[in-house]
Amino acid sequence: MPAEFYYGVEVFLNGLMAGVMYSLVALGFVLIFKASGIFNYAQGIMALFAAMTLVGFQEGQIPFAHLINAVFGTEVHHFGWTMPAFFAILFALGVMLLFAFLVEKLILKHLVNQEPIILFMATIGLAYFMEGFGDLMWGSNVKKLDIGIPQGGNFWIEENTAFLGGADFYGFYLDTLDIYATVIAAVLVTSLVLFSQYTKTGRALRAVADDHQAALSVGISLRSIWVIVWGIAGFVALVAGIMWGSKSGVQFSLSLIALKALPVLMLGGFTSIPGAIIGGLIIGVGEKMFEFLIGAPLLGGATENWFAYMLALVFLVFRPQGLFGEKIIERV
Amino acid sequence: MLYREVGEFKTSYAADQQTFPIRFDKLAYFIILAFAFLVVPFLINDYWANAVLLPFLIFGIAAIGLNILTGYCGQVSLGSGGFMAVGAYACYKLMTGFPDMNLIICIILSGGVTALVGILFGLPSLRIKGFYLAVATLAAQFFLVWLFNKVGWFYNYSASGQINAPEREMLGIVISGPNSSPQAVYLVCLSFLTVLALIARNLTRGAFGRKWMAIRDMDIAAEIIGVNPLMAKLTAFGVSSFYVGIAGALLFSVYLGAVEVGEVFGIQKSFLVLFMIIIGGLGSIFGSLAGAAFLVLMPVVLKNVMVGSLGWPVDIAAHFEFLIVGSLIVFFLIVEPHGFAMLWRIIKEKLRLWPFPH
Repeated sequence: MPAEFYYGVEVFLNGLMAGVMYSLVALGFVLIFKASGIFNYAQGIMALFAAMTLVGFQEGQIPFAHLINAVFGTEVHHFGWTMPAFFAILFALGVMLLFAFLVEKLILKHLVNQEPIILFMATIGLAYFMEGFGDLMWGSNVKKLDIGIPQGGNFWIEENTAFLGGADFYGFYLDTLDIYATVIAAVLVTSLVLFSQYTKTGRALRAVADDHQAALSVGISLRSIWVIVWGIAGFVALVAGIMWGSKSGVQFSLSLIALKALPVLMLGGFTSIPGAIIGGLIIGVGEKMFEFLIGAPLLGGATENWFAYMLALVFLVFRPQGLFGEKIIERV
Repeated sequence: MLYREVGEFKTSYAADQQTFPIRFDKLAYFIILAFAFLVVPFLINDYWANAVLLPFLIFGIAAIGLNILTGYCGQVSLGSGGFMAVGAYACYKLMTGFPDMNLIICIILSGGVTALVGILFGLPSLRIKGFYLAVATLAAQFFLVWLFNKVGWFYNYSASGQINAPEREMLGIVISGPNSSPQAVYLVCLSFLTVLALIARNLTRGAFGRKWMAIRDMDIAAEIIGVNPLMAKLTAFGVSSFYVGIAGALLFSVYLGAVEVGEVFGIQKSFLVLFMIIIGGLGSIFGSLAGAAFLVLMPVVLKNVMVGSLGWPVDIAAHFEFLIVGSLIVFFLIVEPHGFAMLWRIIKEKLRLWPFPH
């Protein structure tokens, strides 16, 4: 076997890992879309905000320190203590739940029965608000997130696959962090599926997703369901934020993965949790392989920026509802 | 004199479709126009022109363009930044390829090129709708920016990857390049905006506009009553991209002079234009301009207040800007989904009945 082939396999595996990361973000979108028909553009910013909050708690930053310093002329930055990762995660989760509650209270409640596109734009506004708010609260510098997940190449896999190739092949390079992400994503998806299938709240969630009015008429409170769903989406955002933040630092570009999650959703269908996972894997592998086989040698590289969107665009022309979406039926 | 018409007196369709049914409005319109053309050029300096007036005029054109597509035809587009880039690069290629051609013709032609690209990316709109289409236009945004970054032909293989506007004259006055005067540039942009706004107003109240609105309100029903969705959607994409392309060409050639595609025409610009029409009012020419004015002025005002008066650092002012823009959008969507234009309409309704409201 030539070394290029093994290199191709490595690219494929890394694409799968990247796809898992996309799926993590896409999952949050699907949850909210299913339960409220809202396409939540702010999901990426929620991940960024969650990661920022986590770092802020861990390092004992004073919220709004920059603003306080600017207004009162003081020089405060940190409380002077650090918090263990576990408690910081709990606190960050608390903040995300509070956020979910406030979003329902201040925004969604007032926009019931508006057209989907209005709701979508409202979430874009929300995304801008959170971006400014997050930066104001914790500062806009690039932060390092470390909650103890090991990083770097996995030597065990590298050593044990080296025998496959010739003398110039040193085994597959896989980031340990990505492997952790894969495991965590699998656990997350399994628990979400179990939650929605076997608990009372989960059943209520599915009922709301199916038909708002019917759910209301059997006594399910739409508003509390929305709080729960946004809370869960906040939790998923926190997980995604931790994973992406540990991988590439907590910074603004984190929120752009939200845009990458869009083609994932279009491929998988907006309403399907397995669709989000499989769509993510297809996009991850597709863009890495395209860059490896066609983009880098023939087109000058950096095709990862647009490949996912183009793939989704071409795909949609043939199957508008995505791979696993429900068939769209329109009536006048 | 301040306001007239206390009731419905219209007897013909033409009277009903008038742009300014009230004489006072018409008068005000011409006074504002005369003021903008004859008085403002003598008042402005470099700062006012570059920080407020030129961005307002140019983004006003882009906002009208996007409003035709999103507000009138109901097709959400997140690709305005990419289409502006097409206009800018087309203008650059035309300016450098045909040095003797008048800049105005270059700009109009680059609008035409953008229209063709827009129609191309509008083709999927026949199959996909709503969010799906919005995401598909993202493909245009990212692909176009990548294309202009990677393919050397577009920027004439310059070492920096930037494009620079060469100096061009019209009637003996320099209107592009580093030596142009703010007055000349202002008048060029203002003329474009005036003419294009007039055309847009007449297009949208004519047969085209009615077809677009029928598609927006319900495409299947529109198809049944005889509107050809292919033609309606593609013309909307074409006309809209023409406007956006002209805005991009103006932004590059007369306003900025030098452009780096990822920075100037990134996804942020697409959102900026989208916000202009949301805040201003979907489906309204006046609204597009009001939204553009608001979103151009607000950062300037905020910056002057927070950095200039309060002495805060620039980055905090920038964060506040995001925060305020975001909350305003949410606020407007909750209180008045139709934006400034609707508020204006409500005020006018009140004025029309004044002083006998019952």
